[in-house]
Amino acid sequence: MKLYLTSVFVDDQEKAFRFYADVLGFRPAVDVPLGEHRWLTLTGPDDPDGVQLVLEPEAHPAVPPFKEALVADGIPFASFAVKDLLAETTRLKALGVVFTQEPITMGPVATAVFDDTCGNLIQIAQMVEPSAG
Amino acid sequence: MFKALADPTRRAILDELAERDDQTLFELCARLLMRHGRTSSRQAVSQHLDVLEDVGLVLVRRDGRCRRHSLDPGPIEHIVDRWLPGTRDGGTP
Repeated sequence: MKLYLTSVFVDDQEKAFRFYADVLGFRPAVDVPLGEHRWLTLTGPDDPDGVQLVLEPEAHPAVPPFKEALVADGIPFASFAVKDLLAETTRLKALGVVFTQEPITMGPVATAVFDDTCGNLIQIAQMVEPSAG
Repeated sequence: MFKALADPTRRAILDELAERDDQTLFELCARLLMRHGRTSSRQAVSQHLDVLEDVGLVLVRRDGRCRRHSLDPGPIEHIVDRWLPGTRDGGTP
């Protein structure tokens, strides 16, 4: 077995697609119309054969209150790896992205958390090189 | 307030809030875990925050859909003023 899909619940698939593609820089992978919604996935910009992110419609009534509760406590629903956390944070802020947690280093990882405009918080994380010596 | 300060986890929460305002519960829990080795559940941290909010040491504000926590040193300043008058203003380190 191997991982090939992960998903975020989004309040509006087209809006989410714009954000994840245009702002975050993910690449469109699959886009299949399914009646009211689409099967809509993206991959990482440098990883076209990697795990796909599904932009899943939040059609089930349990989903919105679940998302609201996570956001209220600042809990990210997904985490993406970045090479340079500070540069990525600066880039996203310049594009108007709102952060709920500024970059901070905690042990082996530096993280920040932002709002994906579709009802989720997303964490970006950079593994910190152990300092020499 | 002294009861609120008597708990080491609550003092650690205040230490972390002193470093940065407007933290979410998620950020605080991560800080407590990674920097203080405290494995308190989110629910436990949330209850500690309620205690600190009740005595006025932590301010909670709603920012969009997020709850953010900040340190309010006001109650501590009253203590300093009462027993250590003159040390807050004009004092140099």
